[in-house]
Amino acid sequence: MGVITPANTAPTADAALSRALNDELADKGFVVSQLDKLVTWARTGSMWGLTFGLACCGVEMIHAWMSRYDLDRFGFAPMPSPRSADVMIVAGTLCNKMAPALRKIYDQMAEPRYVISMGSCANGGGYYHYSYSVVRGCDRIVPVDVYVPGCPPTAEALVYGILQLQKKVRRQGTLVR
Amino acid sequence: MKELGDHIARATGAVPSIRLGELMLETTPDKVIALLAFLRDDPKCLFKQLCDVSGVDWPERPKRFDVVYNLLSLKNNQRVRVKLQTDEATPVPSAAGLFSAANWFERETYDLYGIWFSDHPDLRRILTDYGFEGHPLRKDFPLTGFVEMRWDDVQKRVIYEPVKLQQEFRRFDFLSPWEGSIQRMLPGDEKATEEGKSG
Repeated sequence: MGVITPANTAPTADAALSRALNDELADKGFVVSQLDKLVTWARTGSMWGLTFGLACCGVEMIHAWMSRYDLDRFGFAPMPSPRSADVMIVAGTLCNKMAPALRKIYDQMAEPRYVISMGSCANGGGYYHYSYSVVRGCDRIVPVDVYVPGCPPTAEALVYGILQLQKKVRRQGTLVR
Repeated sequence: MKELGDHIARATGAVPSIRLGELMLETTPDKVIALLAFLRDDPKCLFKQLCDVSGVDWPERPKRFDVVYNLLSLKNNQRVRVKLQTDEATPVPSAAGLFSAANWFERETYDLYGIWFSDHPDLRRILTDYGFEGHPLRKDFPLTGFVEMRWDDVQKRVIYEPVKLQQEFRRFDFLSPWEGSIQRMLPGDEKATEEGKSG
């Protein structure tokens, strides 16, 4: 049920594109593109996600990288070091005690950097909104690009959020952020 | 179980009782260390594991806190609960010398209730944030606390501010049997009473 997806139109479109590219390469020996498009294309194709799993959302985040959804095929690889990561996925409840550490990790990431807030707790405190020890949304600590709702969101929802982030990066298309 | 309770009571002066099928011993802060040592070392007890140390807050009582020790004897397949009463000012002697597990349990109890433990090797907060004020599991500690946290872009650090809520905390569980104000039929109960009548 929904596991085996029928081949959609995207591969044929990709195939047509690559055939056209190949033809042009064989014909002229070079391909003309716009630099910003090329940069954003490269950027979306190799995003490394910093896995900031704080609670049960972290398990769903792991699922998104496992064989069923396989985020690696989007070039979205897990990266445990902030120095070489591009996207931070804040997955779970952000406590007051963790908040300075989260900000420090965010500050260590190199520009351009993006943040995905995953799950109700990271979006706005969620179930723990009225707690004395929980930050009411991780956007109080770091700027957030994409919010993924759910408690916890399915791995599918996270994949959708990542695709949205890729779309955002592609449309923003700036060299300096 | 009754025999064991009487045996302990004769040796230590604790008050034994059997609640919920488990042995409970009530004692006082000055006698608790002798009692715990007896429970650990006596050949009939051998409660060598300290499973938990916790607190209970009763704000209406003059001695408002209970400290509860849960012990387990693997040798005799027996559990025992040791209870004592204290207040905010009276320290309880630390059991960390007897059970090394008591070290963190007592730190936790101190952190969340503000119960003092004398002779504890390192009585610091363990769970709450560095520099946290108050003891969150006390009944007079408000749910949302007093401060909340955000990143300050000018100071370039995370700062604490007084709590500002857009909306007060609301309780939507009107049917909860624990709230007690309304004795109405809970969803699903009508069938049960009908069956009770017919049967």
